Amino acid sequence: MSTTTRSAALHLGLIALIAVLGLILPAYHQGNLARILVLATYAIGYNVLFGYAGLLSLGHAMFFGAGMYGLGLAMHHGDVSALPAFVIGIACAAALSAVVAMLALRTIGVAFMIVTLMFSQTAFLTVLYFGTWTRGDEGFVLAQASRSIAGLDLSNPDIRFYAALILFSAALLITARMMQVRFGHVLIAVRENEERTRMLGYDVFRHKFLAVVISGTISGAAGAAYALLFGYVGATFTSVQYSIFPLLWVLLGGAGTTIGPFVGALFMFYLIDYTSGLTSAYMLIAGVVLVLLTLFARAGIMGEVRKRWLRWLP
Amino acid sequence: MLAMLEGAVGAAVLALTALGLSLVFGVMRVVNVAHGEFYMLGAVLAWFIATSLGGHPAIGFLAALIIAPLVAGIIAVAADWLVLKHLDYDPESTIVATIGLLYIMQQSALMLYGPEARPVEPPFNSRIALPWVEWGENGLALFYPWGLGTTTYKLFVIAAAATILVAFWLFLSRSRFGLIMRATQLDSETALAFAIPVEKVYALVFGLGAALAAMAAVLIVPIQQAHYLMGGEPLLLSFIVVIIGGLGSIRGTIFAALLIGMSDGIISVFFSPTLAKIIATLLVALVLVFRPQGLFGKKPA
Repeated sequence: MSTTTRSAALHLGLIALIAVLGLILPAYHQGNLARILVLATYAIGYNVLFGYAGLLSLGHAMFFGAGMYGLGLAMHHGDVSALPAFVIGIACAAALSAVVAMLALRTIGVAFMIVTLMFSQTAFLTVLYFGTWTRGDEGFVLAQASRSIAGLDLSNPDIRFYAALILFSAALLITARMMQVRFGHVLIAVRENEERTRMLGYDVFRHKFLAVVISGTISGAAGAAYALLFGYVGATFTSVQYSIFPLLWVLLGGAGTTIGPFVGALFMFYLIDYTSGLTSAYMLIAGVVLVLLTLFARAGIMGEVRKRWLRWLP
Repeated sequence: MLAMLEGAVGAAVLALTALGLSLVFGVMRVVNVAHGEFYMLGAVLAWFIATSLGGHPAIGFLAALIIAPLVAGIIAVAADWLVLKHLDYDPESTIVATIGLLYIMQQSALMLYGPEARPVEPPFNSRIALPWVEWGENGLALFYPWGLGTTTYKLFVIAAAATILVAFWLFLSRSRFGLIMRATQLDSETALAFAIPVEKVYALVFGLGAALAAMAAVLIVPIQQAHYLMGGEPLLLSFIVVIIGGLGSIRGTIFAALLIGMSDGIISVFFSPTLAKIIATLLVALVLVFRPQGLFGKKPA
């Protein structure tokens, strides 16, 4: 089997497996899995930038938030119906990521991390500042009646699950395809050696710029979908914590692997779900996992699998 | 006038906190995201010490001023030994690891200390009314309006922070360890070749940075309260200060701390605090984008 067929088989197999799980899982876990699929989409977006282009952002919550508030405010205050609002959410995230990319890509390394962190903090504070419309920390709930596309009620658990799966599959297949074409190869080249890539005649800035925009847009789509599917928009989703989460998922699952973000989000979600039953200090586990990962498993779960057993893993 | 005095208290404490962050970044090239949690640790320890000792608040306060930075320093040295050293102080992985440390410390505090904010009694606290000049019925007159005043403790905080800063400055520029630290900062490989135990220096610097943050927190905790989430604000402000002052430049850091601390006190009188924060964070991000060497830093050669 060629690498392309293998990777197609892997991705379609994973999607089919999840689709079947959606039929047989009990309601509680089906709901969890729907949430994980949306969060994994967010992680896939993050992985485009961190895993492939090698740029560590600490501010992706602003893109997630842009999608979420783009959709949420349009539906809540503008009476826009769900599908156009979803498009507005994605457009907001794309526009924001283009602006952030223009500014932040002037810096590299640690400065890039701090600049993205600062921009994201600005976005978070802006949400709080316009509390009259955003309701700040408290957030607002999207009316159940408005949450439907083409007559399908997205608050229905089964429909919600498959809507999340469609979103996840689209993000997974797009990024998987992206890494097979020239654009993806150049991104990896930038990650491995920026100077050499530039010397070979590639426009490094253009590739990095596109990586930020694609990454931000996918993250924004996840944010908009999260608001639409679960009906809640709140400032917490733009806080620093939600910038750290995708980093954690991608590191855990394996940066620079296509299915790593899903694996990481799945593990972390259930780990936190389990610990929050034991103690209110459930973020402790996130801290411990972060430290252990940087110390012992820099490649993450799927990265280690690729290193040891499956060299072809995309 | 009153806003300036409040600003000076904030600036004094901020200078100490930011100095710790700047020191760690300058010498080790490590951005310590967990810095605010060492600050929180200092405040929480101060509460533990003050309540367990009892007696006159001054005894507990003095004990806290010595013990809290020491404990924070030891924890930081341990963190350096267990984690940062094994990452070879790689700038990007250390950020991720210190984010992990941040959550570990913050959540441990939540488990051991609880979610409440708790006050610590100041060692001494008497009000001083400030005179105000106004054109009264009998011409120019001095009077003491209600609410315009400060406490001796706030003045003490300013003086104490200034003393620590000067002492630290002398330590850095005159002592042998200061020399070793500056040598490591300049060129760690050459320093290693001259038999300077660079790893030990790193561990001590990391401990010292944390101790400075803890000391700042002990000073401020009688004015504010100890809370497990209190580390976020000083971390962000310290970041701002260190970036404006030029990454790793100690003199720039202290100057920027005074600037930011004072203006924070004054700005918040005129603008809503959230708007002030939005402007400040955005400006800092733009400074980092367009003048990465900071407003006072020199351009790298």
